[in-house]
Amino acid sequence: MELFKSLIVILLSSVLLNNYVLSRFLGICPFLGVSKKLDQAVGMGVSVTAVMLLATAVTWPIQYFVLERFGLGYTQTIVFILVIAALVQMLENLLKKFSPSLHKGLGVYLPLITTNCAVLGVAINNITDGYNFLESMVSSLGVGLGFLLAMVLFSGVRSRIDESEVPESFKGLAVTLIAASFISLAFMGFAGIVDNLFA
Amino acid sequence: MLNNILIALAVVGAVGLIAGILLALISHFFAVPDDEKVKAVRACLPGINCGACGYKGCDDYAVAVAEGEAKANLCVPGAADVAKELGELLGIEVEAPKDVVAFVHCNGTCEATTKRAEYDGISSCKAASMLYGGPDACSYGCMGLGDCATSCPADAICMKDGVARVDTTRCLGCGLCETICPKNIISMVPQETSVVVMCSNKDKGADARKVCTNVCIGCKKCEKTCPNGAITVVNNLAEIDYDKCTGCALCVSECPTKCLKHVFFPDLSESVEEILANE
Repeated sequence: MELFKSLIVILLSSVLLNNYVLSRFLGICPFLGVSKKLDQAVGMGVSVTAVMLLATAVTWPIQYFVLERFGLGYTQTIVFILVIAALVQMLENLLKKFSPSLHKGLGVYLPLITTNCAVLGVAINNITDGYNFLESMVSSLGVGLGFLLAMVLFSGVRSRIDESEVPESFKGLAVTLIAASFISLAFMGFAGIVDNLFA
Repeated sequence: MLNNILIALAVVGAVGLIAGILLALISHFFAVPDDEKVKAVRACLPGINCGACGYKGCDDYAVAVAEGEAKANLCVPGAADVAKELGELLGIEVEAPKDVVAFVHCNGTCEATTKRAEYDGISSCKAASMLYGGPDACSYGCMGLGDCATSCPADAICMKDGVARVDTTRCLGCGLCETICPKNIISMVPQETSVVVMCSNKDKGADARKVCTNVCIGCKKCEKTCPNGAITVVNNLAEIDYDKCTGCALCVSECPTKCLKHVFFPDLSESVEEILANE
């Protein structure tokens, strides 16, 4: 029961409290770039979640069974980048072969994810937070869902922005960033909720 | 010290090597060969993804053509050239598509018509027309909010005196504006058209005249004048049968409200640059 509780706390805190996009400002590029339409936002969010889970499943053992054993903790960043990039490429090839329809839906986003700092951020943060393997997986699932949530919410906001008359000087990226900061402020309101969930 | 560096090099190198080998193996064993036919078809298409063929974009259309699902003459911007090229590529006879351009059947300029209300909502024809049929006095006419202009993939439409105008030198004939216009006043006319009706008002003459000076009042003068029987007045609005029209333009001088216009497509006088420069 304790384990279950702690996993729920990790999941919820990475979805709401430590939302990577809105609180830690990682993965801003796809957040601003692919959030124009709802279906694209969902596609990107799902792809990111899948890649995050996969990346964690591979990088966690590499960290503990390879890097720590040889005392090479400092090469973490470069090794993780290498592994994640290769993983995403493999995933794309396999999808293309075995599930062309899924590849059509997610394929265009996969190369974008290769260099996404949110994915690398999850892999590294799971290590710094000292999570075990199960906790790491739950945390990456939470971060992925949080990313999906932020994308979906923001695509709604952007469709409203498109329909409204924006002052000339704020048009384009400026008003988008302002809107993003408002959502980010709103998410700050979740602070404290998760910690007191089981209090 | 040297030892540490060597270990680090070896481990990072090994990880890279393993990843590389795995990638190479996967791309070798699970490779999906690109369809050469699709590639060749795609190379013939213009690649502007206008969607006039009814497919999501040029890539989608190329797949459909290569698989024989779609006809090869559906590409509107590419017109006869692309159809011919595709026909040669696939070794089939392809009927050349007809060249069409978009035309806005309204001449309700700011001087000719008035507004019955001030519209202050979302700047979109679709939204405005949902509010009691739009702010214009003439409920059939162009509202000039430019849904057609934003939908146009070739930037061929702009607003002049509150009415949409098509730059026929740029128009691809894709028909996106025709479907998006909530008033249905844009239609695709054959490029060799010589006379067009500049109005869509179906009200009776007296009622129509009250809202716009350039309106078609359904007087049937054109119908009587036309030597070829190409014009008929249906629902108080003149309609031209473009197949029968010979371009004599006798009707144009007869029309009391000058809502018939003699045109020569592509009409150079209505290029987007010129309209914007005059404003």
